[in-house]
Amino acid sequence: MRRGFVSSEQFTGWAFVTPAAVIIGLFGAAPIVWSAVMSFQKNNLLTPSTPFVGTANYRQLAHDPVVAQAIQHTLIYTALFVPGTMAAGLFLAVAMNRKIRFISFYRTAAYATVAISTISEAIVFIWLFDPSYGVINYFLSWFGVPPQQFINSPSQALYVIVIMTIWGWTGFSVVIYLAALQGVPQHLTEAAAIDGAGPWQAFRRVTLPLLSPASLFLAVWLTINALQLFDEVYLSTQGGPLNATTVLVYYLYIQAFQQFNFGYASAIAYFLFLVIIVITVIQFRVGRRFTYYRS
Amino acid sequence: MTATSAPARGGVRSPAGGAVRGARRRWRLPFSPWHLVLIPATIVLIFPFVWLVITSVETPAEALHFPPVLVPHQLRLANYPDALHSAPFGRFFVNSAIVAVVTVLSNLVLCSLAGYAFARFRFLGRTALFAVIMATLMVPFQVTMIPQFIITKWLGVHVLAAVGINHIGALILPNAATAFGIFFLRQFFRTLPLEYEESARVDGASRLTVLIRIVLPLATPALATLAALTFLDSWNNFLWPLIAITSTNQMTLPLGLATFQGAHQTEWTLLMAANVMSLVPMLCIFFLAQRYFIRSVAATGLAGT
Repeated sequence: MRRGFVSSEQFTGWAFVTPAAVIIGLFGAAPIVWSAVMSFQKNNLLTPSTPFVGTANYRQLAHDPVVAQAIQHTLIYTALFVPGTMAAGLFLAVAMNRKIRFISFYRTAAYATVAISTISEAIVFIWLFDPSYGVINYFLSWFGVPPQQFINSPSQALYVIVIMTIWGWTGFSVVIYLAALQGVPQHLTEAAAIDGAGPWQAFRRVTLPLLSPASLFLAVWLTINALQLFDEVYLSTQGGPLNATTVLVYYLYIQAFQQFNFGYASAIAYFLFLVIIVITVIQFRVGRRFTYYRS
Repeated sequence: MTATSAPARGGVRSPAGGAVRGARRRWRLPFSPWHLVLIPATIVLIFPFVWLVITSVETPAEALHFPPVLVPHQLRLANYPDALHSAPFGRFFVNSAIVAVVTVLSNLVLCSLAGYAFARFRFLGRTALFAVIMATLMVPFQVTMIPQFIITKWLGVHVLAAVGINHIGALILPNAATAFGIFFLRQFFRTLPLEYEESARVDGASRLTVLIRIVLPLATPALATLAALTFLDSWNNFLWPLIAITSTNQMTLPLGLATFQGAHQTEWTLLMAANVMSLVPMLCIFFLAQRYFIRSVAATGLAGT
């Protein structure tokens, strides 16, 4: 009887699942509920009690001018970063999708950015864009452009972060598009050419629609990552100058781990979650109309 | 974008009209015109690396000079030992390696077990448990990081110091099994034919033996993919180490580098030497196992399409 239970699917099933389930339950599932509860509490580490305050944290969020700025910066950043990375990746992948000399060198150069940590990337770019000694200002001087302040300038800092993150994600985007291009059957583009389509038309009408599932995936994936931008901001600008690069996750980090307003930070986190869900759902809805799946 | 309208690949078989073809042939370059696009693009892509390495062997005076010194007069390799004296990068490297390797191994073991159970067994609560695990996959880390911090702190104080705040164990345990890993392996296991497993069972093999002897060898490509992705994620993770670790000897490379940058903001030559040392190990691993990494990254895309 006992032996029967130990060797039963019930027992082995749970025995196999339990170690992973405990870890995910403890660090993944329980915190989701806990931070939801916390977002309705006043919890600031200074006082031991954590009284419920109703929707006070969410009302504070709605009236916090820094949150409004952070939302604006996050959306501007996302709106530039996502199409920029997709365009760079698509362009390079199309250029690299052919058997020519040195092609594996070109590809490796593009892939290498996948292996670079966000911190290494940010350190290189703040040096490239250094206002006083940066090599970018030197290149600009060739074209008669006066030295720019870049990350010291409230009007430019966010765009420098856009550029460095596009560089950092280009390799990823190239990998995805190259894999998708490998799945485009050559006979379709050849058939288009026989029907009189030029290379641009064949690309526009045949290749691009066949790449649409990859494009939708990239749009969603890059957007989710863009809305969670943190590392580069932390390293390069710390949200400045004058809050010009304060994005949602950076502000959340400041509230949680520098001000220790866990309750308010949890409310910001849930707000971020909501933004991600809404934008992702919209992308899938809109994307479905333009996405072509070969069955 | 417009460059994609350049003439298509060396079209010997190009079905375009004869007259046009003849006209084009006279203009043909001795090499593919795509090189004209790819060479500048590649220069832009690798220039940051090149400039990083150049700065790392310049003298401070050369680095803080405008216009920048593009070719250093001499190689000042002393920047590297100097950087190593200012911060324990060897230690950071070892910490990063321990965290990444242990995280990869535990993910392979735990996600294989759980993924196999979800793929093949029927047990009470299977569907509900799987749904909960999948739900955690959709929630961004920022939502769970505050409770995760509190739980980790509590565990360190009340259960085991080695997994508490300020120990590299705190970087391993929360990621020791991931919802993505379980989902990914479950999907793969379900594509395997049942016959081998069934005949092994008939011969008296236990479930665990079947998993280890029959299923996992068939799943090597999926395991390699999961290992590569987990390794990259762990190696480059920054936000959680930033929250969980404050003492220098427990830091991983990204955190150690960021802290070093905060302390030596104007010492660009040291900072770049430190950055080169942090980059090179990962770049080497990446180039050696390039095929695996690329396949893994592409797999995340294929999973989504």
